Amino acid sequence: MDRYRILPHTADGKFEAFGATLEEAFGNAALAMVSLMWDWSKIQPSVEHLVRVEGSDKEQLLVKFLGEIIYLFETRQFLLGRVRTLRLRPLLDGFGLEAALDGETLSSGHEIYGDIKAVTYHELAIEEGGPGERSRVQVVVDM
Amino acid sequence: MDIRRIDENTWEIPAEGGMRVPAVVYASARLLQDMRRDQTLVQARNVACLPGIERRSFVMPDAHQGYGFPIGGVAAFDADEGIISPGGVGYDINCGVRLLRTDYTESDVASKSKTLLAAIFEEVPAGVGKGGVTKLSRSVLREILSRGAEWAVENGYGRKEDLERTEEGGRMADAAPEEISERALERGVPQLGTLGAGNHFLEIQKVEEIRDPAAARAFGIDFPGQVMLMIHCGSRGLGHQVATDHIEIMENAFGVAGLPDRELVAAPFRSKEGQRYYRAMCAAVNYAFANRQMIAHWVRDVFARVLGSARGVDQVYDVCHNVAKVEEHDVGGRSKRLVVHRKGATRSFGPGRAEVPAAYRATGQPVLIPGSMGTASFVLVGTAEAEALSFGSTAHGAGRLMSRHEALRRFRGEKIRDDLARRGIELKSTSWKGVAEEAAEAYKDVDEVVRVSSAVGLGRVVAKLVPLGVMKG
Repeated sequence: MDRYRILPHTADGKFEAFGATLEEAFGNAALAMVSLMWDWSKIQPSVEHLVRVEGSDKEQLLVKFLGEIIYLFETRQFLLGRVRTLRLRPLLDGFGLEAALDGETLSSGHEIYGDIKAVTYHELAIEEGGPGERSRVQVVVDM
Repeated sequence: MDIRRIDENTWEIPAEGGMRVPAVVYASARLLQDMRRDQTLVQARNVACLPGIERRSFVMPDAHQGYGFPIGGVAAFDADEGIISPGGVGYDINCGVRLLRTDYTESDVASKSKTLLAAIFEEVPAGVGKGGVTKLSRSVLREILSRGAEWAVENGYGRKEDLERTEEGGRMADAAPEEISERALERGVPQLGTLGAGNHFLEIQKVEEIRDPAAARAFGIDFPGQVMLMIHCGSRGLGHQVATDHIEIMENAFGVAGLPDRELVAAPFRSKEGQRYYRAMCAAVNYAFANRQMIAHWVRDVFARVLGSARGVDQVYDVCHNVAKVEEHDVGGRSKRLVVHRKGATRSFGPGRAEVPAAYRATGQPVLIPGSMGTASFVLVGTAEAEALSFGSTAHGAGRLMSRHEALRRFRGEKIRDDLARRGIELKSTSWKGVAEEAAEAYKDVDEVVRVSSAVGLGRVVAKLVPLGVMKG
């Protein structure tokens, strides 16, 4: 099973990501998103960032999680290469996500070829599979 | 979808379902065909469902699918009863275009265009993840958010006359820096005075053709072969974060149930959340004005150094094409205060409007429409008719046709560079992949967009500009 697939969209970046669990699909969505900016498979796990976000529903949670990766890139020059762990949990009024991200700090050796401005709710879809079924998420990012 | 042809370049989608007003599309049959291939028209219909919408949901000739509102969408809402929507402005708040004229001729720069472009590339930070050269304190950043280009000019970036030739005088007075989150400030600090990437660019251009000599003269566009400078960029990560933050605030306050697209989340303009977004948006607008002001200053520096002088390098105008503004418009025979959203659309006010700078008030405002990479750009003049047709708005560019992914598959940045070089156009970029994504073939034909804009009366063509040198982020 592929981790993700980039989908056609006139102006922006659209992709779907898959996983045996929703957690895995969220993690693969992060890799799909950064594949629009850099080649994550070439990034070494030399620095680590821990991410913690909360959302009123799973859609908001996914948007905020991906937004966190953009934020880490712009303010800490962090290039994501791997989602080491990712955990979702229900809260009283929504959902929480904790993830450990591995990657490198941007240097002159990296080629960054795309700029993602923000993660949108447009055509956002989350399909959580039951036991034995795969989960799928779909996201459009503003480029 | 039921779509009726009103005249050659005007189409109407009648109100049905939840639509409060019809949608009107300004396009030739060819441009309409492009729009039908994606969700542009569905999105225009969705906008027509929002509370307080006045007259019509308008679609400009360069429109393409966005998120929530289409890119190239114009919609106005009653300032007392209507809404404001971050999705109607876009993430790149005050993405816009600045044009400078010079006294130089093509032959003055011909032998030096390589040097000029290299020096500009050196001076103006660009590309993804590239920080600026200025180290900003939080208190200075807050001042920039309040005062925009005014701050820049006071601090040595440019001239006082530039402000008179900038939309809003380079500053929206309703800005409230305290509504900008810590996270947006953090993204804003390193990026002030940077061009960014994507479709943002800086071009050395020449006037190819003057079609309206009187308006051209008023704008300082004097002769074919005259060298011009165009800058296209916005509010960078700060603006993107403002939109993201306030979409979440509105979602949490008003919920998203019943919205045809979650990206259409909105708040009543008069509500606390509506005002918070509006005032934060104004602050991001100011950041973008300061950004373009600083970049223009550095480009003048380069001209002074390489060519001996920046005398006559004067600003023509600076326009926002992602913004919401409170404006007075005629609705059903009386003047009304409206919140006009222009997302990928340029204001095109005609003669007489108080918002147009005194120097242009008899002529109408300059409208700056950049083409795609390596193709022509246009200067139009706003018209009085446009106020009735589109709340005084027109197109903002060529408009995308092909996905970035597809462009990347089909084109090679290095080949585009070589092709442009054969046509005498220098190209500099931080990423060849980025260049491939912006290939001219991935865009609509800007000539057709501008032709329709003129034919409908949204804006009249004044001059056609072609690139000599292109710097892409």
